[in-house]
Amino acid sequence: MIRATIGRLWQLVKPYWLTLIRPSTTISLGVLTAAGFAAGIMFWGGFNTALELTNTEKFCVSCHEMRDNVFAELKNTIHYTNRSGVRATCPDCHVPHNWTDKIARKMQASKEVWGKIFGTISTREKFLDMRLELAQHEWVRLKANNSLECRNCHGAGFMDITKQSARAAQMHSAFLFTGEKTCIDCHKGIAHNLPDMSKVPGWSTPVFQ
Amino acid sequence: MKTRALGTLAAVIVAGAMAIWMTAALAQNIGGTRGPTPLDQNAAQPPIPAEVNDDVRRGRAYPEQPPVIPHTIQNYEISLNANKCLTCHGRQFTQQSQAPMISVTHFMGRDDQVLATVSARRFFCTQCHVPQHDAKPLVENNFRDIDSLILTQTGVDPKQAVRRKP
Repeated sequence: MIRATIGRLWQLVKPYWLTLIRPSTTISLGVLTAAGFAAGIMFWGGFNTALELTNTEKFCVSCHEMRDNVFAELKNTIHYTNRSGVRATCPDCHVPHNWTDKIARKMQASKEVWGKIFGTISTREKFLDMRLELAQHEWVRLKANNSLECRNCHGAGFMDITKQSARAAQMHSAFLFTGEKTCIDCHKGIAHNLPDMSKVPGWSTPVFQ
Repeated sequence: MKTRALGTLAAVIVAGAMAIWMTAALAQNIGGTRGPTPLDQNAAQPPIPAEVNDDVRRGRAYPEQPPVIPHTIQNYEISLNANKCLTCHGRQFTQQSQAPMISVTHFMGRDDQVLATVSARRFFCTQCHVPQHDAKPLVENNFRDIDSLILTQTGVDPKQAVRRKP
């Protein structure tokens, strides 16, 4: 049965395959090369354009899951509105800027497309139930790359700790500059609300009910 | 009889008019904190004063006063999910953070029974503790704490007494 199907399929593809593997008889090698080059440019350009299109805040908030939950929360924070008006958009923090890492992250994001299609977090309740897991993905990612997306803007080497509050200066000297901790270890939930932190190290303060 | 009744009526009307006029006159003199701006208009907004962020502990006006917060707490989440304050001021984190530990009274239930951890009724810090702004008081404050009152009673100049150590 299966062999018969494959055989019928092969009969369908065979003439095209035979044309493809034979050398060209009428078109010159030069035209083929030039056309291939031009098509390559167009394909690559198109690919990158499409990639960059998915790398914008506008694209992210075009889904209600992002617009009504995390984006709404971001609006109250310093990464959205502040005295100088410099702000971070979704991909600034959530997508690596480096090309190879970016492609790797985009391939991971196919899981997010799956989630969108099957409505994994299609309601507020579903989102809140998954919030800890989703946040942990980001914490693990930022911990693994030494908070690279933070450091794309906040370089430890460029911090003037005399301009920081005494508390911040002391903490950064003791933990950040020594490399003992990375940004995300302390600065969780700075751009979005936090999930249930009762089992997260450094946060777990049991409360007597 | 009729004349008396009319006279009384006139007196009442005059008294009423006087009362209304006096109230109106008084109301015009009441500045209040909103200033002389009429009620149907918006006063010019004063600039928002800077938040205190120097980490220097403020004194307490009376023993039970919840200490004020000498640093900014902008976007510090205090919710059912998380309490940012306790990540420094919680008992288990004070060695690392060098922040003052929350008072042991926060480990007591409402029947003063001592609990092992923070009591749920003390969890929402900003119900009592608040950050400060470098703002001029809108009205003068003549508050004197109990120590200075006691010292005045005993005939000691409180200003002198505060400087001297007991």
